[in-house]
Amino acid sequence: MEVLVCVKRVPASGGTPQLTDDGQRVDTRNLAFTVGPHEECAVEEAIRLVAEHGGAVTVLSVGPAEADEQLRYAISMGADRGVLVETGADELDPQATAAAITGAVRRLEAERAPFDLILFGNESPDAGNYQVGVRVACALGLPIVGGIKGIDIDDGARHARLRRDVPAGVEVYEVSLPAAAAVKEGLNLPRYPSMRGRLRARKAELDELSARLPDAGAGTGAGDIDTVPSEIAIGRGGLRKMRLRQPEEKRTETVVLGRGPEAAPAIVDILEELDMV
Amino acid sequence: MLVLIEHNGEVAASSLEALTVARAIADDLGEPVEAVVFTAGTDADPSGPTLGGVSAAEEEALRSRLERLGVSAIHSVAHPELATYSPERWGESLAQLIRRVEPSAVVAAGTDRGNEIMAQAAARADLPLATNCSAVASAPPDDPGATSQNGAGAQHWRLTRVRQGGMLLEDAELAAPVALATIVPGSAEPNDDATHDSSGAARAGQPMAVEVFEPRFDDAFVASRLVERTTRDAGVSLATARVVVSGGRGVGSADGFASLEELAKLTAGAVGCSRVVTNNGWRPHSDQVGQTGTKVNPDLYIACGISGATQHWVGCMGAKAILAINTDADAPMVDRATYAVIGDVADVVPAIVDEIHRRAH
Ligand SMILES: Cc1cc2nc3c(=O)[nH]c(=O)nc-3n(C[C@H](O)[C@H](O)[C@H](O)COP(=O)(O)OP(=O)(O)OC[C@H]3O[C@@H](n4cnc5c(N)ncnc54)[C@H](O)[C@@H]3O)c2cc1C
Repeated sequence: MEVLVCVKRVPASGGTPQLTDDGQRVDTRNLAFTVGPHEECAVEEAIRLVAEHGGAVTVLSVGPAEADEQLRYAISMGADRGVLVETGADELDPQATAAAITGAVRRLEAERAPFDLILFGNESPDAGNYQVGVRVACALGLPIVGGIKGIDIDDGARHARLRRDVPAGVEVYEVSLPAAAAVKEGLNLPRYPSMRGRLRARKAELDELSARLPDAGAGTGAGDIDTVPSEIAIGRGGLRKMRLRQPEEKRTETVVLGRGPEAAPAIVDILEELDMV
Repeated sequence: MLVLIEHNGEVAASSLEALTVARAIADDLGEPVEAVVFTAGTDADPSGPTLGGVSAAEEEALRSRLERLGVSAIHSVAHPELATYSPERWGESLAQLIRRVEPSAVVAAGTDRGNEIMAQAAARADLPLATNCSAVASAPPDDPGATSQNGAGAQHWRLTRVRQGGMLLEDAELAAPVALATIVPGSAEPNDDATHDSSGAARAGQPMAVEVFEPRFDDAFVASRLVERTTRDAGVSLATARVVVSGGRGVGSADGFASLEELAKLTAGAVGCSRVVTNNGWRPHSDQVGQTGTKVNPDLYIACGISGATQHWVGCMGAKAILAINTDADAPMVDRATYAVIGDVADVVPAIVDEIHRRAH
């Protein structure tokens, strides 16, 4: 089966995000980058599915040229090919991102085989718009369920069972292939790349496409295949980021109860006070 | 203005918040608020709020409840195919309703389901969607040229979105003929009685209209099918526990969690962990607290050997109090905690367990 995984390059830092002076973006000058945990699980799942059912894993990223680092990481894990849809440094709105992915999928499918399964992370760790996968699936006429933590493929019958946690318990959905799913961390435990995988990834040849917003255009792009072979026409969506800012944080003075095991009585006093023991 | 109501006979708390936010915007604009309720079928889920079907008696109760909440009409979306939840069918139904009613805006709770249905509806109606907003207001654009490509009839909205699980806020502008937004849970004090508007005047007491809306699906409609639903036993869960005893890399190993488990048992709490712990395979991912795990809001969060990375912090910042146990007095978790003990988890946690046992005798 042919599986496509869509990943986004995001800062990996666990520190409080610092912003550029114009408030347009997180200052990433000293930060490392990664794909989000949901997407890492999506890559892992695709590799496992293809190992079991045959086929190939393609990884696609819409973003700056540097997103090749994330594609190569996925290849080092075991993905077969990487496709970079270059859009420049500025983050696209979710409609434009979806149009770029949709256009790239159409092009890849026209050139090679159609995808049986398209995987997305449930939401990106930074923008968290919760909609790119759904928009792509709708544009391509595919069913999609979000929050997925289990995938079973019935290849003969061309069906998949998708499992997710909901507040009350567990839901299982059935979809016929081709289908899409937006997955969450917990789907599996992603592997670490092997030495051989890293070497392969370093040398891998990536497919390069580009998608650019028109300077002034009309409407939202439907991801149409444009006349320039490697260029995908997209339009700006209706959601426009104006400025990022830090939320106010209520800081409380930390009460240090002590050092080492001698602090135990003070801790249990608090547990008793809160009626917890 | 339409508000998507998740309910299980009772209106879900998250939808109550969305309704409260929508009410305020609608009052500003002098518009009524109308509810969208999916009523067909038997999707009622005993332990969690859903948009599923309810009995006639429950529907009556829901109706009077919504009336008290200041809703002037209910759009009851009904179709046999909506008997069980399907993201595509529910989203398509909402998109068709939007085309029919032409509201100024549609607001829903920023729950997993609320975001899913709204994303489906937005994609199908070709409208932008702003998810997880903490504030929404109608406003003229700063720079009228900038968003004019969204065509005639576009209205302009100012909103604030929550990013990175709450570490950052994004001020954004939405330009669309119909604004779609979801409201992040916890962003409004739910208003239980909206029979009066913000100025204190009684709202016009017209009887509430209920309009049945029947969406159409053609035979080739592509949708996933819900084929199985199991309900979790109502034990102590990470999301609802009063105490969460959580461990990070500093716990050192899977075995290191034994004393944390014992402390959780003694306090009738749940065990949580950081992503380093799940990545090492020491605990299942269902124990993970954080941006890509579970968000917890216990009375006390005990963070053992957890540094307090922002992606972890956003999962536990809802705790009333935090006790950090860490060898590093400068760890961000210690800095943000209510209480801290500087020391080795392997010494401190067993000492707490011993002290509890000692006092019990
Ligand atoms: C997109 C994204 C999403 C993420 N989502 C999550 C998430 O949902 N949840 C999550 O937890 N993380 C998440 N992370 C990872 C996060 O950034 C951190 O890497 C992680 O939380 C660190 O876990 P930790 O605190 O256990 O380990 P570390 O950061 O290594 O901290 C270990 C701490 O233990 C202390 N320590 C060491 N030994 C001892 C000892 N013997 N006794 C006491 N203290 C000791 C150290 O001083 C240190 O403070 C995410 C990261 C990204 C990029």
